[in-house]
Amino acid sequence: MRNAGRLRAAGLYAALAIGLVFVAGPFVWTLLGSFKSDAEIRQEPPTFLPLRWITGNYAALFERMDVVTVTLNSAVVAVIVVASNLLFCSMVAYALTKLPFAAGRAVFGLVLLQMMVPAIVLLIPQFVTVASLGLADTYAGIVLPGLVTPLGVFLMRQFMADIPDELVHAARVDGSGEFRIFFRIVLPLCKPVLATLGLITFMGSWNAFVWPAVVAQRKEMYTLPVALASLSGRETVHYGLLLAGVIVVITPVLLLFVFLQRYFVQGVATAGLK
Amino acid sequence: MSGLASGPAAAGTAEGTGRSTAEGTRAPVRAGRAPAGQRLNPPRRAGTAWLFSAPFLLVFGLMYALPLLAGLVMGFTDMRSTDARNPFAVNFVGLDNFQRLFQDEVMRRAAANTLFFVVATTPLTIALGLLAAMLLNSGITRLRTFFRLGYYLPYVTSIIGIAVAWRLLLDPQAGLVNDLLRAVGVDGPAWLLDERTALGSLVVMTAWRNFGFDMVVFLAALQSVPRELYEAADVDGAGAWARFRSITVPMLRPALLFCGVYSAAGFTQFLEEPLVMTKGGPLNSTLSASLAIYNKFGSGDYGYGAAAATILFTVIAAFSAAQFRWLRPRT
Repeated sequence: MRNAGRLRAAGLYAALAIGLVFVAGPFVWTLLGSFKSDAEIRQEPPTFLPLRWITGNYAALFERMDVVTVTLNSAVVAVIVVASNLLFCSMVAYALTKLPFAAGRAVFGLVLLQMMVPAIVLLIPQFVTVASLGLADTYAGIVLPGLVTPLGVFLMRQFMADIPDELVHAARVDGSGEFRIFFRIVLPLCKPVLATLGLITFMGSWNAFVWPAVVAQRKEMYTLPVALASLSGRETVHYGLLLAGVIVVITPVLLLFVFLQRYFVQGVATAGLK
Repeated sequence: MSGLASGPAAAGTAEGTGRSTAEGTRAPVRAGRAPAGQRLNPPRRAGTAWLFSAPFLLVFGLMYALPLLAGLVMGFTDMRSTDARNPFAVNFVGLDNFQRLFQDEVMRRAAANTLFFVVATTPLTIALGLLAAMLLNSGITRLRTFFRLGYYLPYVTSIIGIAVAWRLLLDPQAGLVNDLLRAVGVDGPAWLLDERTALGSLVVMTAWRNFGFDMVVFLAALQSVPRELYEAADVDGAGAWARFRSITVPMLRPALLFCGVYSAAGFTQFLEEPLVMTKGGPLNSTLSASLAIYNKFGSGDYGYGAAAATILFTVIAAFSAAQFRWLRPRT
């Protein structure tokens, strides 16, 4: 009986490990390839570890792409989007759950509507709007549509609904104003969900491609993914360079995710199952 | 964008449509009810509620409501990119754009590709996610978090990074995939360069990238299935397949519904993968509906692109509503 159990466990672990090879293989190949020469990447039969570790691909990447500028652009955009979502999504959620709000249902309906509209449907008219405002090719134009995301409102509302109304009520009886209650009592209780929301919006912003690609017209305004896509469109032979570019783009989010993954999983479970 | 940004889209679809079609089967939504606050000077706090909602309403009005309406109108005009700074100087052309759309071979091809992509990718992603979740939920304790983390990684990675990496992985000569095939004596196809294999390659890559999300949803759902059900089934002598069919699948119905609608809504909008990996080629074999619209944007044909977008939106909305009617919990 015990042997059968062990055999079963061994089978399970073997299946999981094979799955992991398929999932992680491309990442490992990309990372190792970014340290190989182009000749070695094309070599037959392929090598696993680089025969000779070179950093030339990264040096070439910094020459062909203004890595510092575009990383800075990505960071500026992400910081604005995260800060704005943390504050504004919480504010809407507070209005929806803790304030008498006759139009609350209608406002929440708009949140759901915004979630449903496919990005591509809005792309052209959103760009026309941004261009009419004179915001094409600016940070403001890039961040504008993502300042208050519906997923954020949704998550915060879900969480705040579970905060006892009595708590808010007691503070009101004590004479606290709504802003004070919001910042001093409710927001501190929301720390775990704020971490989730911050992480999710950071990732969404860091990985966003189509909208920044449309709004950013000069190379100096490109974000990391836009710059990488543009490089990949021009570059057809120098594979090591592109692999290095992929590593630069994906590493920050992967590190963040590995260290803070429990917040992600909570977010998915909340959004998916409630 | 197809990852997270479209993620909320489907979550919203799930909640929104669920309320309108399955009213009464779900817990009532609590928005807009605040019993604790109704006694102390409500008028002033009602004003505060509007103030708290103002940032959202401003962004929504300017960047969603206005563009959505503008897009609808734009589809009936001959607007081009040169009109972008002066959007009111366009001519109305009635249904011309829509008539052109239905006779446009390229658009038809894009619609067919998108349909194939969604129909192939959605079940594949769900099956992989379910398999991974069941393996992780089958009683193992060690390394559980490690495997879950690993399987989830592609989903949180930049789609551009993944698309660039996979373009090279699938390179007929230098790519790892054909290298491995050659090692076992198989001469691999040209994948993205061959119109017979290009779209299939994107299907597999997309399922590879997204199944971790479904896995997490299924894992959470599996943990709420009472163990007694399986124990009772064991007593009755039910086999593994019978337990899967009669317990796991019915108990996971809400999660399956969510993943199905969520994935399908996201996959209907697939854009970055073909944009970076194939540019829609070879011979339009990977041109998606979203990419075709994106290309109209690139060529400055705004009115025509907006008309195509209106059709796509209508199809997605109808499709989501239909999925809910078919798949909602039977009570």
